Amino acid sequence: MEGLTLLMQIYVFVLAIFVGFELITKVPPTLHTPLMSGSNAISGITIVGALLSAGVGEMSISTILGFIAIIFAMINVVGGFLVTDRMLKMFKKK
Amino acid sequence: MLVISYIVYLVASICFIFGIKKLASPKTARQGNQLAAVGMLLAIVVTLIDQRILSYQWIIAGIIIGSAIGAVFALKVKMTGMPQMVGLLNGFGGGASVLVAISEYERIYFGTQQFEVNTTISIVLSVLIGSVTFTGSLIAFGKLQELITGKVIKYPFQHPLNGLLILGVFIVGVILIINPVNIELLLIITAVSLILGVLLVLPIGGADMPVAISLLNSYSGIAASMTGFVLSNNMLIIAGALVGASGIILTIIMCKGMNRSLLNVVMGGWENAGAASPAASAASPKGQVKSIDSEELAMLLDSVSSVIIVPGYGMAVAQAQHAVRDLMNVLEKKGVKVRFAIHPVAGRMPGHMNVLLAEAQVEYDKLLAMEDINDDFPNTDVVIIIGANDVVNPAARHDQNSPIYGMPILNVDYAKTVIINKRSLNVGYAGIDNELFFYPNALMYFGDAKEAITRLVNELKSSS
Repeated sequence: MEGLTLLMQIYVFVLAIFVGFELITKVPPTLHTPLMSGSNAISGITIVGALLSAGVGEMSISTILGFIAIIFAMINVVGGFLVTDRMLKMFKKK
Repeated sequence: MLVISYIVYLVASICFIFGIKKLASPKTARQGNQLAAVGMLLAIVVTLIDQRILSYQWIIAGIIIGSAIGAVFALKVKMTGMPQMVGLLNGFGGGASVLVAISEYERIYFGTQQFEVNTTISIVLSVLIGSVTFTGSLIAFGKLQELITGKVIKYPFQHPLNGLLILGVFIVGVILIINPVNIELLLIITAVSLILGVLLVLPIGGADMPVAISLLNSYSGIAASMTGFVLSNNMLIIAGALVGASGIILTIIMCKGMNRSLLNVVMGGWENAGAASPAASAASPKGQVKSIDSEELAMLLDSVSSVIIVPGYGMAVAQAQHAVRDLMNVLEKKGVKVRFAIHPVAGRMPGHMNVLLAEAQVEYDKLLAMEDINDDFPNTDVVIIIGANDVVNPAARHDQNSPIYGMPILNVDYAKTVIINKRSLNVGYAGIDNELFFYPNALMYFGDAKEAITRLVNELKSSS
């Protein structure tokens, strides 16, 4: 059972990589910087794990690590999306 | 309850996928980014109502502090500082993955649960990749911010040392997976991986940063995916894989732009890279270098019909993008057709020049990629190179002894006249002279990019 779960996760991982390749090859070079900062913000999705670690209730090393992880992930998420928006606002055509 | 969160996680994953899809065009890109942000918000909100979360004070404090720091970074950073910013953000993503993995390990370690093999494997990989991303990105940030020299740094036993450390992490990792209840081993893996991050990025030189940043971007995504394996959460796996794929594609594009293998870049670059060696110039092409001043240049530009501007890292350093936009405007007013040619590795990160010129309100349809504009140089009257060097060196086409031989370049020398704006005749990143400066159709226009271009613009305005 445990092995099967892992296998399903690997399925998802591999298929998502293929989706990623398909999508990203279509992004024009002019948008490569916003692509980086925007995808960077998406990698802040670890926030989900950080929230679970920090909210376990009793005070422990896990909570503190989770707390720091929340700060890191939120810098990543908020900083990434905001700076990408700031950049994309500037891209104009005549 | 659990079903609802899983459905929302699926919706969030779809938001990320469509968000990236909309980045395919500048018209929809902003909307795409906002869609991805909505996905993130959904994921956070639905996690907050998870039953496993019992107390909120740390969570609220963390969210407020992190958001505030992120917002200040995002709103304060200058467009020229964007490579550093992206480097730093990569690092925080990696750091978060390490912390979550260790925290999860602690929870199982002090709890009643048993370690499952696949969880331990994921924790080890998460810690390894996350740590390398964290310290590697901090070093990349330091290099781009010029806190650390941007030159290639070589240290003794570089390759054997790194090989040994990687082998060490591997062996300790396997021992931990076989015998998981041993927190010291996990801490050893963390420490060694943090050191590895420093050692792997330290040798990479300034102009190779586009590759390093792309690669670290990819790592931060893969680290997030690994966290997904640790927590058995498919949304994290999907989101991380998308970012991982994005980073890998950009890395490949950057390597092709320099005609180098990833291995070569990671190992620390060209022999002379970054070192302004006088020995190189002794063996290099010699001849008459002609220079031109702003008055003569304004006169020359008065009678042309097409101009291509080639920006490089020098434009970013001098913050000359607004002056360059003024130059474009004044030339267009005279009826000159002005376009920009962007080499894939111009600047310090993928798309660096495009962002700077967008900031200066140059319309993006005037910026052409190398393969779209290279055939147009022979029909162009004047090319103006602003702070670019190795990417316009014709030696890359014909000189088999040149370290940059085979690198795709902008064929600026095919234009009728080539103006090179540069502070001096110094070598570029590859540490070699540029034979273009000695070509009969080349004219040097010396000076700091911002100051020199502003001077030229004033000259053109007064002459009309």
